[in-house]
Amino acid sequence: MTSFAELVLFLIVATDFAVLATSRLSACIRAIAAQGLLLGVLPLLIHRELSLHAVALAVGTVAIKAAVLPWFLRWAIREASVRREVEPLIGYMASMLLGAAGLAIAFAVATVLPLRSGETELLVPVALVTVMIGLLVLTSRSKAITQVVGYLMLENGIYLFGLTQSERVPFLAEVGVLLDLFVAVFIMGIVVFHINREFDSISAANLTELHE
Amino acid sequence: MLLLALILLPVVAGAVAYVLPVTARRTLLMATAVVHLALTLLLWIAPGATAFNGWLADDALGRLVLTLVSVLFVLIAQYALGYLRDTDPRGGRAFTSCMLGFLAATSLVSVSHHFALLWIGMESTTLTVAPLIFNRDDRRSLEAVWKYLVLSSVAIAFALLGVFFLAAAQPTGAAGGRPLVLEDMVAHAAALDPVWLRAAFVFMLIGFGTKMGLAPLHAWKPDTYGEAPSMVSGLMAGALTSCAFLGLARVLTVCVAAGPGVAAFARPPLIAFGMLSLAVAAAFMIGQSDVKRMLAYSSVEHMGLLALALGLGGIGTYGAMLHVLNNGLAKALLFLAVGNVALEMGTSEASRIRGLLQRVPASGALLVIGLFAVTGSPPFGMFVSEFTIISAAIREHHAWLAAALVVLLAIIFVAIATMILEVVYAPAPSVESPPATARGRDRGWLVTAPAMLAVLVLALGLWIPRPLADALSAAATALGGQAP
Repeated sequence: MTSFAELVLFLIVATDFAVLATSRLSACIRAIAAQGLLLGVLPLLIHRELSLHAVALAVGTVAIKAAVLPWFLRWAIREASVRREVEPLIGYMASMLLGAAGLAIAFAVATVLPLRSGETELLVPVALVTVMIGLLVLTSRSKAITQVVGYLMLENGIYLFGLTQSERVPFLAEVGVLLDLFVAVFIMGIVVFHINREFDSISAANLTELHE
Repeated sequence: MLLLALILLPVVAGAVAYVLPVTARRTLLMATAVVHLALTLLLWIAPGATAFNGWLADDALGRLVLTLVSVLFVLIAQYALGYLRDTDPRGGRAFTSCMLGFLAATSLVSVSHHFALLWIGMESTTLTVAPLIFNRDDRRSLEAVWKYLVLSSVAIAFALLGVFFLAAAQPTGAAGGRPLVLEDMVAHAAALDPVWLRAAFVFMLIGFGTKMGLAPLHAWKPDTYGEAPSMVSGLMAGALTSCAFLGLARVLTVCVAAGPGVAAFARPPLIAFGMLSLAVAAAFMIGQSDVKRMLAYSSVEHMGLLALALGLGGIGTYGAMLHVLNNGLAKALLFLAVGNVALEMGTSEASRIRGLLQRVPASGALLVIGLFAVTGSPPFGMFVSEFTIISAAIREHHAWLAAALVVLLAIIFVAIATMILEVVYAPAPSVESPPATARGRDRGWLVTAPAMLAVLVLALGLWIPRPLADALSAAATALGGQAP
């Protein structure tokens, strides 16, 4: 664990909060692309020897999380012509506070869950906080696109945790990348069917009114 | 080889089916289903096969679920041939391929003894079943798929985090055995880190519990089962939820092996989820206005019973194993029968369905049989499994749970019976009912498939063959339970 890796982990937390704070979708996508890039280089920094496997994983992760998915997201906002997040269910200030609380909880929980491999002390809390902020974005934003960004973040957090085990357990990190399939499916859904959350949530409420 | 064939056969068939013309595609679907069932039966003759360094393996629990999936798939595929002839949901091409893909994914879940591989199977079930749900180009159908995808994808992400935690619980090197392989985790269970193991259990319970549809994680279920074509709802309620149950049972196996401390941590949440599911199901079934949504809540109820039975342990575990089979068969029977009714009436809203006995007498009769099968009336199989679960509650010193269970099951029985008996026996308004023969829904495999399911669920109540009883006991023992 080098101090450079720690710097990358801090930057990942910064991108978490950047997504949480912004109302512009393009800024949101830039932040998540930056997170993908940071995530990609991380295995090269924390793993002791530089294997071909680690390099291939890094290249693949950067290609998918920092290039393909952000490009796909930008294409989707162009096609579905959405620019701004309108009135999130939880305000930006409150989201930031919740995110900060999440950070505190993540560090508290991480001390209870010691890792045997002893890779890095910071990796677990950063993974947990990324999962929590991802969940927060997923549940508190009303646009489908922002929710997909939230899901991507949740998934990045899980991937980060997977890195603690990836040297020991074969294929584990690669399995995490499979979640990206869902992201692709969601974006396709948004574009092909013009899914726009506010409208949907209204009609979903109607549906339940009809039935229960 | 056999295990690999079970997964690869439907994958290849699904790919080939996509480029075939319509008649050949249907033949291929049926042929694949039959061959898959034959391969599954071979596993019963020569059990204990393994492949890929133990990543794929055959054991009693997996074989039970695999057999259920395979039997359901043969009958539902046969039903689908009749159904696709009448209404072609979005062109049968993608539909057939996705069905075969779903068979491959569920087979992978059944035979995986490696947790990451099991997770890949679970993820694939979500991705292959989603296009099947979306059958009409309308807003409600789309919403059902979207809701299902969003909730399932978050659930499956949680389950993956649980798998990673499970890996973190395992010590490095020879003390831990092969990483994430079920047999080695159980064999070296004492060396597992209890804190990480508990965390893994919680996340996998949330993940697989959502896929099962345990309350309060069941929000997708009524919408999805209500909007999907009936046979897809049947496939989901019968096969998909059983696979999710299997995932939960696998992680519980590790927890039980790890010692009484972790087992005592894992059981109470299962009991709580189970009782809550039963209570929520009972509350929403009273006054329910749609037959398919009623069945969705019935599925919540039975998943609750399964979770409860696992939580109780003892003979409850045996009851759970038997209940998986009964629930799968009875749910598929009901959804197929309701599918015929919905084809005939053009709706699944109970207030607009009347006089089934005159219009589609066979499907109406099957619906009544299904009603008694799914509510656990004797002599159907579910009576035996529900009785086992209730006696497990008493034996494990939860007498008050047993009492609450009986009350809830009685409420649920009244709710379902009121609806089903009314739609079947209430006289049809004579004005707008053409003779049933003109529509001709009550024919061929549309009736034979649910009838065969009815025979199977009845047979399970009367007689459990020797090999099946052995497999049920073996599966229960592996989970720390016992046979009655």
